[in-house]
Amino acid sequence: MVTFFQQLVNGISLGSVYALIAIGYTMVYGIIKMVNFAHGEIFMVGSFLGLFAVSVLHFTFFPALLFSMIGTGLIGALIEKVAYKPLRNSPPITLFITAIAISMLLKNLVKTNFLAGPNPHSFPEVLSVDVFHIGPVQVSYIQIIVLLTAVILGALLQYFVKKTKTGYAMRVVAYDKDAAALMGINVNRTITITFIIGSALAGAAGVLVGIMYPRLEPTMGTLPGLKCFVAAVLGGIGEIPGAIIGGIVIGFTETMTKAYISSSLADAFTFSLLIITLLVKPTGLLGKKTFEKV
Amino acid sequence: MQKNMKKGIIKIVIVVLVFILAKFLIREGIIGAYTERIIITVGINIILALSLNLIIGYTGQLALGHAAFMAVGAYVSAIFTTKLNLPFVPAIILGAVAGGAAGFLIGWPILRLKGDYLAICTLGFGEIVKVLIQNIEYVGAARGFSGIKLFTTFGWIFLFTVLAYILIKRVVNSVYGRDMRAVSQDEIAAEAMGVNAFRAKLLGFIIGCAMAAFAGGLYAHYLMFIDPVSFDFNKSTEILTFVVLGGIGSTSGSVAGAVILTVLPEALRGFGDFIKTYRMLIYSIMIVILMIFRPQGIMGNRELSLQNLMKKGNTFNIKGGEKDGIA
Amino acid sequence: MKNRLKKVVALVGTMTLVMGMMTGCGSAAETATGTTASAATEAAAEGETIKIGAVVPLTGDVPALGESAKNGYQLAVDTMNANGGVLGKQVEIIFEDDENQPSKAPTVAQKLIAQDKVVGILGATNSKCSIPMGPICTQNKIPMVSPTSTNTKVTVEGGDYVFRACFIDPFQGEALANFAKDELGAQTAAVLYNMADDYSKGLAEAFMESYTAAGCSVVAEESYSTGESDFNAQLTNIKNENPDILVMTDFYSTVGLIAKQARTLGIEATFLGGDGWDSTDLVSIGGDAMEGAYYSVFYASDDTSEAVVNFKNSYAEAFDGKEADGYAALSYDAAMILMNAIENAGTTDSEKVVEALNSTDLDVVSGHVTYDESRNPIKPAIICTIKDGKAAYYTTVEPK
Repeated sequence: MVTFFQQLVNGISLGSVYALIAIGYTMVYGIIKMVNFAHGEIFMVGSFLGLFAVSVLHFTFFPALLFSMIGTGLIGALIEKVAYKPLRNSPPITLFITAIAISMLLKNLVKTNFLAGPNPHSFPEVLSVDVFHIGPVQVSYIQIIVLLTAVILGALLQYFVKKTKTGYAMRVVAYDKDAAALMGINVNRTITITFIIGSALAGAAGVLVGIMYPRLEPTMGTLPGLKCFVAAVLGGIGEIPGAIIGGIVIGFTETMTKAYISSSLADAFTFSLLIITLLVKPTGLLGKKTFEKV
Repeated sequence: MQKNMKKGIIKIVIVVLVFILAKFLIREGIIGAYTERIIITVGINIILALSLNLIIGYTGQLALGHAAFMAVGAYVSAIFTTKLNLPFVPAIILGAVAGGAAGFLIGWPILRLKGDYLAICTLGFGEIVKVLIQNIEYVGAARGFSGIKLFTTFGWIFLFTVLAYILIKRVVNSVYGRDMRAVSQDEIAAEAMGVNAFRAKLLGFIIGCAMAAFAGGLYAHYLMFIDPVSFDFNKSTEILTFVVLGGIGSTSGSVAGAVILTVLPEALRGFGDFIKTYRMLIYSIMIVILMIFRPQGIMGNRELSLQNLMKKGNTFNIKGGEKDGIA
Repeated sequence: MKNRLKKVVALVGTMTLVMGMMTGCGSAAETATGTTASAATEAAAEGETIKIGAVVPLTGDVPALGESAKNGYQLAVDTMNANGGVLGKQVEIIFEDDENQPSKAPTVAQKLIAQDKVVGILGATNSKCSIPMGPICTQNKIPMVSPTSTNTKVTVEGGDYVFRACFIDPFQGEALANFAKDELGAQTAAVLYNMADDYSKGLAEAFMESYTAAGCSVVAEESYSTGESDFNAQLTNIKNENPDILVMTDFYSTVGLIAKQARTLGIEATFLGGDGWDSTDLVSIGGDAMEGAYYSVFYASDDTSEAVVNFKNSYAEAFDGKEADGYAALSYDAAMILMNAIENAGTTDSEKVVEALNSTDLDVVSGHVTYDESRNPIKPAIICTIKDGKAAYYTTVEPK
């Protein structure tokens, strides 16, 4: 029973990591209906920016987090301006391929010797990695921080999208771009802001996950990117609370599969979950049914 | 009719002549063993590009797990030849059937949905196939499947590449092919015109998957060693790069893309270290630029054809009216 | 009439001219090709250099490893050339990139054999590339020495011309199992490996086989996949079994991460691993968690024997003070083994070279090397331990 509770903690902790990355993913999709395949790579870049801030600029945790968020936000805006904006009216397949190319680009750019190089780097301990015990079950501070960050950022984002003027503009753009433009909403600006926020969230996740799992390499964003995408789809892509729930569900499933079924089949289970979700409820747990406009 | 037959005969004669010439050059040692290997790789890549192009270009569905279907074909056919001692051709055909069946399993439920779901699902399917192979000790798991016999020779590759090309041409110009193209342009409009969109999409997808599996079988019996990591997402993107460079929706473009991207790295061997080191970087920038400025690739949806070469000095023939974009 | 005559004369004249040119050219061309051909054969037989090919993963997913291997080969060739070369000739090494892809390695080997006419091939670095490459070398009767391919199948399926410089998985697994049982007195072990990696899985299985055969028990067998960074679920299961040792057969970066999480979870088992650990980054990622861990390697970096010290110094000198890792050392050894065999054979004739390779009896950086009947080296494994954040020599496990 103790083991089960420990595994529960492990699952929620892993799930909160996925949730953290998935909220940015889902937000971008929710507004511009585009799968930003490069999100996992922006997360990776965020991790390296955090490392740069800590080890080269000697920042402490919070300035480093901010540095990374600003950095990834700018990179996200740049990618949107250069690569995605010219394709806004292209078929989704073109955008999807471009996003894959951007993800390849970021990975291989960081891999060059001018930047991080292909070898793994370690992250200095800027946050306490101490553990405390709740009965026989043990939890580390960083696990709590990641979970809290995911929930708080998710709540803030939800508030931002639902209650602020910019958020309102975002939702209008999501509903109908042309009509939004006619209503005097600056569509380009709104989409850029969406990208900046989404990427900054990935940057924040990058720093936190870098501290939690201190092994940084150019390919570190690929697998989490895929799994968080699964999480976003599972929770209902475009729904911010859905991303958090989806992330936790995925983390929980993965951990429980490893703990009680087979550690070598865990990934197969995760991706099967994706396919099953799409078959049973393509809109995800919290998604709403949409109708295609003709 | 008469004219078509004459054209067909000319084409067959040309293909046979090319084959005899190549065979002669190989026997005389003018085409060395190294060049022959590259030609075989090109052939396999052409089949892969053609098959993915059928799905992406003609059916308008994005599939991101093409390497997984290739893996299915490679492993199934290798099991048949190595463990069950079946001859080569039946084995790779069974591999292709297995790939098609896998395509049906994924496509049948998913293609009913609209949107990017196929891309996501094939991506997940790719991961699942990799993990499953890694768990099957019978085929060597992560250590790979070795001891496969060498069957894929230049002759087979030549034959199958030509057949694949003809098959794709046939499918695309058939009634079903027109349905596929209609669906890829506008699914709702196509359905309104009485096209069974689901059936068209599923058919294109299954044929594409079976062909990829067939190419996988050829690959396994040429390399004599296969391992699950060789069929990962990177391989799928590599095939996608062939198609994108050549022109989504152009059969001859896919051939061109596969040829260029297979031969170029070999041609640059030795010199051009800079280009080789940053190859992936250059590919990705190239795709972004192509997508922005020329999403239709080198060839667009134009085709290179014999008839056109003979009629005018003009290389390109515009079929079905000019249409930009992949639609 | 006049006109006609003129025409005939012109025609005959032109024809004679053309024919004369053709024969002239023909003979000229023939002689030219004749001389080049004979010159080429002479150059190959007598020529100034001996050409060796090397297949290294310079790009792809493990370029750092490729660079170490390349440097190792280059250093060996330079050293040999400075001492008068092989058979009195200078050695020329041609590097080709296999991108660490099984599909590329045989093509690259074919290129080296057919176009560059090499007399021997070094590589490939990873087993998955060496397995498909071996048959190509054997087919063309070109000896191949792989530095770091530990999979048994490399020489078995490669054929009579394929050799290697490193020990094979079953030997390393057995060495680790015996060390765990005899030296550490460990009766129970947990094994955690990367199921997506051929090296990690191969070594883990070899260890488990030897360990259970020695009468000890593997109480937990867990795995993960490439790119994962959370191992808490597997480690919680392992902690429950409370094993004496935890065997991790992956590369240093992942091992460092696992070790940290294991200690955080309160696992007290001794860590044990293989040659993939050999990097200074093991401690920089794993930190204090690595303290007191043991792993087997090909050579200990703090070894004070002359061969090791010399190698390390000349490596650092040749490559801007870079520290030589296990890959560099074994690549250096592989090149030395091949060149030594050519020297001993007294010719570049491949059959003689293979014969000489089979009777190799040479001291290299990673110890003394002789070959068994399946062309695997018989040499000891070194066990290192992490002490005060540094790798230190612990003991040597001799082959049986």
